[in-house]
Amino acid sequence: MANVTLRDVRKTYAGGVEAIKGISLEVGDGQFCVLVGPSGCGKSTLLRMIAGLETITGGEIDIGERVVNNIEPADRDIAMVFQNYALYPHMSVYNNMAYGLRNRGMPKAAIDKRVRDAAQTLEIGALLDRKPRQLSGGQRQRVAMGRAIVRQPKVFLFDEPLSNLDAKLRIAMRVEIRKLQRRLRTTSVYVTHDQLEAMTLADILVVMNGGVVEQIGKPIEIYRRPETTFVASFIGAPPMNLLSLGSPSIGGVSGLPAAAGVVGVRPEDLSFGGSGAPSGGLALDLQVEAVERIGAETFVYGHHANAGEILVRVPGEAAPPIGEAVTAVAPRAKLHVFTGDGRRRIDI
Amino acid sequence: MVERRGIGDIVPHLVLWLGIAVVAFPVYLAFVASTQEAYLIANGQMSLLPGGKFLDNYYRTIFIGTSSSTREPVGTMLFNSFVMAMAISLGKIAISIISAYAIVYFRFPFRMAVFWLIFITLMLPVEVRIYPTYKIAADLSLLDSFAGLTLPLIASATATLLFRQFFMTVPDELLEASRIDGAGPIRFFKDTLLPLSRTNMAALFVILFIYGWNQYLWPLLITTRDNMQTIVIGIRKMITTSDALTEWPLVMATAMLAMLPPVAVVILMQKLFVRGLVETEK
Repeated sequence: MANVTLRDVRKTYAGGVEAIKGISLEVGDGQFCVLVGPSGCGKSTLLRMIAGLETITGGEIDIGERVVNNIEPADRDIAMVFQNYALYPHMSVYNNMAYGLRNRGMPKAAIDKRVRDAAQTLEIGALLDRKPRQLSGGQRQRVAMGRAIVRQPKVFLFDEPLSNLDAKLRIAMRVEIRKLQRRLRTTSVYVTHDQLEAMTLADILVVMNGGVVEQIGKPIEIYRRPETTFVASFIGAPPMNLLSLGSPSIGGVSGLPAAAGVVGVRPEDLSFGGSGAPSGGLALDLQVEAVERIGAETFVYGHHANAGEILVRVPGEAAPPIGEAVTAVAPRAKLHVFTGDGRRRIDI
Repeated sequence: MVERRGIGDIVPHLVLWLGIAVVAFPVYLAFVASTQEAYLIANGQMSLLPGGKFLDNYYRTIFIGTSSSTREPVGTMLFNSFVMAMAISLGKIAISIISAYAIVYFRFPFRMAVFWLIFITLMLPVEVRIYPTYKIAADLSLLDSFAGLTLPLIASATATLLFRQFFMTVPDELLEASRIDGAGPIRFFKDTLLPLSRTNMAALFVILFIYGWNQYLWPLLITTRDNMQTIVIGIRKMITTSDALTEWPLVMATAMLAMLPPVAVVILMQKLFVRGLVETEK
């Protein structure tokens, strides 16, 4: 049980490339923290720095009130689940799980108990004598998790653990990881590029981009109040429509502060409602270009003369026919307003 | 799989049988000769069927030796050759796997320079540097010893290269997982890399054992005492006597005996050998 604290953590590679540009973060005891961002944003690097697999070139990382900057990975009391699982191919499932404990000189009987308990938890008891190559992807994933939980570490680190699984299994494992973490109450840091995984797993969500943190918060708060246009477009699927306020005629929203440069509106907050904007709200005149029906909801792609493509998400199957001119409206309370450079949110 | 179909099935078999005959007939002939009376061969009256002197000839070859040229029984030569081939192959594997481990997994100054130094020794086999190598061996008083026979042949760029290539295909995550599991460099080597290299080592062992067994030039230079002769040199010596009758049955028996250990190694290691060359256990 431990906190993980990052204080102005930096990573500069020998060539001068700065991968992590000063990140501060506090993950409370037993919390599930998800680092999310596009590929190359430094989220995996940050995780590997917490694990001790990458050196820290600036700042400090604490695990459980102890600065771990110069402590070997094995002595940081962490366990990591790798993207490709990194199971020892020549060892049986049992030995894969027991290896870390043996290296720490734990007595045989205690190892056996822990491995069997973990195997039971993960329902891989029948596989203990198999080699990793005799297992399916989902089973390997479980073994990798088992290898982490037998250690009973202070912190679990997950590096995109589900990205090698097929879609169906990924959802099932996602739920299981969450349940397991809730039960064990072990502080966890989880890296993913999948925003759905991020939203569903996280207690605290950290959105990263280009080596910096864009926003930290509860997933639903980040969804409701994105602080930057990057977060606004990254969190939420399909992504938020962002309208540049270059020409004043867009949407007819009035009374915006002078600093406002971009207005965002989520596809699910737009609707085709009668004519004219609700007071102070947004109204967009669109030409319907494409309609995607996926059953419970329908995506309507419309073209706006100044703003370009606008996506509207409506429940059910009813949608205007292609080619028709429609007006999409959103109440003022559902608008997100940002500065012109997209770096700051403005409350209206 | 190709379908079975009449003549198309027979032709490949004919070719194969022909090939087997071409390879196997001289071996058969050597075996037959090793079971005959010496004078029959000298007179050119050798039968194509095995003679009755099998036990007699092999007993003399292994425990007594030829009467004139080699002055040592072939048993000693077999032992020498076996020790030499084993030492060369095991030594080469041990040294190259360790040096490949250092080159792939450790960041030390001049790492690439070291790698290229090892690499260019490929261009300098013993035959090329025979004089300096002999000089060094002589100065270290390694002449007529197993150390002198094997050490200069042990350092090997090919094996180092092979292990390097193999280690580079081992995913980095395995090393990282080992580090998190509390395994230091030696444990990682022993618990993960060595077991993963098992089939590669087996394949290499087969190749190197035969390489060591067939050594001729170096043992010829480095050994002068009769009891240090290897079997390859022994055979050669047996048939170069100018003033005596070559004891062909014994020579052929020696040849047969010289063939056995490499064949045994290949047969015993065949399964691992093939796996080592075609697949990796990852």
